[in-house]
Amino acid sequence: MENNTNTFVAGDFKNEQTARWCPGCGDHAILNVLHKAMAEVGVAPKDTAVISGIGCSSRLPYYMNTYGMHTIHGRAAAIATGLKTARPELTVWQISGDGDGLAIGGNHFIHALRRNIDLNILLFNNKIYGLTKGQYSPTSDRGFVSKSSPYGTTEDPFIPAELVFGARGKFFARGFDITLDTTREIMVAAARHKGAAVVEVLQNCVIFNHGIHTWLSDKEVREERTITLRQGEKMLFGKDKNKGLVRDGFALKAVTIGEDGYTIDDVLVHDAHTEDDMLHRQLALMDGHELPLALGVIRDVEAPSYESDVEAQVAEVKAKKGFTSLRDMITRTAETWTV
Amino acid sequence: MLQSTNVKTLDKVVVRFSGDSGDGMQLAGNIFSNVSAGEGNLISTFPDYPAEIRAPQGSLSGVSGYQVSVGKDVHTPGDGADVLVAMNPAALKTNLKYLKPDGIIICDGDSFTPANLKKALYATDDPVTELGIDPARIMLVPMTTLLKNTLADSGMDIKGIMKCKNMLALGLICWLLDRPVDKVLGKLKAKFAKKPAIYEANEKVVRAGWDYGHNTHASMPTYRIETEAAIPGTYTDINGNTATAWGLIMASEKSGRPLFLGSYPITPATDILHELAKRKDLGVKACQMEDEIAGVCSAIGASYGGHLAVTSTSGPGLALKSEGIGLAVMAELPLVIIDVQRGGPSTGLPTKTEQTDLMQALYGRNGESPLCVLAAASPTDCFTMAFEAARIAIEHMTPVILLTDAFIANGSSAWRIPEENDFPTIKPHFVSADQLENGWKPYDRDPENQVRYWSIPGMEKGMHRVGGLEKDFKTSVISTDGPNHEHMVNVRREKVARIADDIPELHIQGDPSAKTILVGWGGTYGHLLTAATELNKEGVPVALAHFRYINPLPKNALEELRKYDRIIVAELNTGMFADYLQMHLPGKEILRINKIEGQPFLVKEITDGVKKHIAEA
Repeated sequence: MENNTNTFVAGDFKNEQTARWCPGCGDHAILNVLHKAMAEVGVAPKDTAVISGIGCSSRLPYYMNTYGMHTIHGRAAAIATGLKTARPELTVWQISGDGDGLAIGGNHFIHALRRNIDLNILLFNNKIYGLTKGQYSPTSDRGFVSKSSPYGTTEDPFIPAELVFGARGKFFARGFDITLDTTREIMVAAARHKGAAVVEVLQNCVIFNHGIHTWLSDKEVREERTITLRQGEKMLFGKDKNKGLVRDGFALKAVTIGEDGYTIDDVLVHDAHTEDDMLHRQLALMDGHELPLALGVIRDVEAPSYESDVEAQVAEVKAKKGFTSLRDMITRTAETWTV
Repeated sequence: MLQSTNVKTLDKVVVRFSGDSGDGMQLAGNIFSNVSAGEGNLISTFPDYPAEIRAPQGSLSGVSGYQVSVGKDVHTPGDGADVLVAMNPAALKTNLKYLKPDGIIICDGDSFTPANLKKALYATDDPVTELGIDPARIMLVPMTTLLKNTLADSGMDIKGIMKCKNMLALGLICWLLDRPVDKVLGKLKAKFAKKPAIYEANEKVVRAGWDYGHNTHASMPTYRIETEAAIPGTYTDINGNTATAWGLIMASEKSGRPLFLGSYPITPATDILHELAKRKDLGVKACQMEDEIAGVCSAIGASYGGHLAVTSTSGPGLALKSEGIGLAVMAELPLVIIDVQRGGPSTGLPTKTEQTDLMQALYGRNGESPLCVLAAASPTDCFTMAFEAARIAIEHMTPVILLTDAFIANGSSAWRIPEENDFPTIKPHFVSADQLENGWKPYDRDPENQVRYWSIPGMEKGMHRVGGLEKDFKTSVISTDGPNHEHMVNVRREKVARIADDIPELHIQGDPSAKTILVGWGGTYGHLLTAATELNKEGVPVALAHFRYINPLPKNALEELRKYDRIIVAELNTGMFADYLQMHLPGKEILRINKIEGQPFLVKEITDGVKKHIAEA
């Protein structure tokens, strides 16, 4: 963002519609955080567009005072790609859920990342289809019991981060719908990143999958089971910030400072900007069991973005050929004869 | 040997070039037709190529053809060929059926090797006798020997030498049909500007072909082809896909809306993507997306962003795009969908032509989702109708499907490059600053034509949300209210119906006072026009109505059709347009002429069909 004068407040991005998500749904909090993040980013509502697919989370554009489209199931990334390519000067946000973005929209999701188009993709992951009333999603754990898997699923889930890295994604961040300061920060970082940026928000569906993330997000355990990564800072976690991540051969290991001979000097420093994504992958795949689940901006690497390169190429060939109109192009390049 | 010695003067001549798909027949045919157009002939071409890029050499399935008609009153590539060029026994076998009874054949006699005859499944070693060809009508030219002799000193290897065989055939045709060799060489020089050695070899070969004809077959009939005075202007030759791409660019210039294409490769539509990708030099953004769905969806995004947004495809791709098109119907966004029809269903006949997507275009979406459907009548008409599709989409805030087909997409004709004022300015239906100040809502409509107003990102106070959910007629917010939904369904239908106020009326051709009217739509125009002209000449009075505007129909269309006792619809499907008209003309008997062979009509099939219907009445 070339201009961050922060002359906007959250209310500028909010409209008069009452959000119609279930009481207690995580989406309410995410919506509020997004309004704040947009104000912080400082791009005017008239230059901001929010594009969603279908699902509970995809209702979000209706509660924005920006330009927006609530489109069709799975296609938000493709529609947002067209808008951003056509109008690179706009800031384009894409809202998708785990079903919308990773099942029916999986193809568009990976190609938006491969292409590295400058979209800020918010992936609301509640591991369930909510709007269709409770079927397992592509992020539901193996064995998950739902209306469409009454005896448990017999398939493995996607880990969104793994897909992002597999598609050569340049930005991945993760937050909860209840750790709002971090989530706001990473939304802002995603908006400031030039290129496709994925923010996975672990969100609670209060009706069909209540508490799915609680074992990680509950206040009592959060500090022990998650780690918030910050650029240039030691990878420390735990209530007393006395635990850290260290290298153990090619793997990562969680240690307690002062135990087993580990000192603060052994703890890794987070660098989201390294081109090599090996450590980023390892961090993003930590799941809260052996190693803490990573929150914050895990990877943030600059690379050419699709719409900028399209724009640059158009400018270059236009200047090179110098055609003034269709007729000019035809008469200068085609075989013609005059009658 | 051919016997006669006279120079024949003909209104038009049809030449069919045929050979292996790697033999360069399309190039030879293309140069021939361009040179003819430059001589003042009308031209109509029809490339007929296999689905395989390079089928096994010498095999029957690998034969590629290029048919061109040149002369006066040319509206089709011709039913049958006056001259057939066959580069090998397989081409001779598969193309003989396209030769007129009195036509002549030029064939590479050196190609009649045991191996080639076997590959082409001949039972004997004498294809001429086996196929029952009159020896007087075939010139067996030792093309390979001639080539080798001509290029003996060129230093080229045998593979390179053989690549010039098409030019030998072209040289022969130039002699036979009195085409100026220097014009042919001019085209070759431009084509091989960066490869002078290749040009020189080809020049020698063209001249060798011409000389061979002149020296050896001086007794053969040669032809002089009549020319026709055209409207003054600068001309080029153009195929339907290029014309479509250029029509869209013209619409972009006339509307001030930048052009965006979201597309995915599919035969026979891909050349539109190719051309628009090149036209980044005119500011076009042409994006090859990850699939057909992303093609239409990226276009919808660009349309929301205020662009002239287009997606191009063929039948199977249109099926994949239907949900996206439904979104554009609901969001009431301008969107142009080009469907270059091919043989179906499913993968069907990818390189062949049909008119079988009409019902899909009209009705192939969930819910009540009316949109505008247009069809281009000829290669050059693709330019006009692509422009029209864009104009209607932008001015009426609706998706428009333009149907072309493999025949007109790949076929070409001479085309007058439009002058500055030949096409009108397109006026986007933008919301005004005044409306934005006064509580504008996204589904507010122009009472005149029911068109909603377009606000695009960046407009101060124009922020709004659209989407696939039904909206309230008054407030534009989401509504599931039953009566409101019915009202909105009717409004969207009415909006499309009122496009009829903004399109030309149907023009009746042929003999308007006849009792019989021949009816067609889209890419069959040339054949139907020729058929109607021939029937009237033969004393079978027939009127002609050809449709390019399908939904809505031109305002006077039904009233005009009702005037005739006998309506005969000729189309390349089992009767889709006939059924559509029947729906609008209850009680009126609609007769049909149908063909679903992946090939365009022959004029004779139409004239015979009309006569049969009249006889049966």
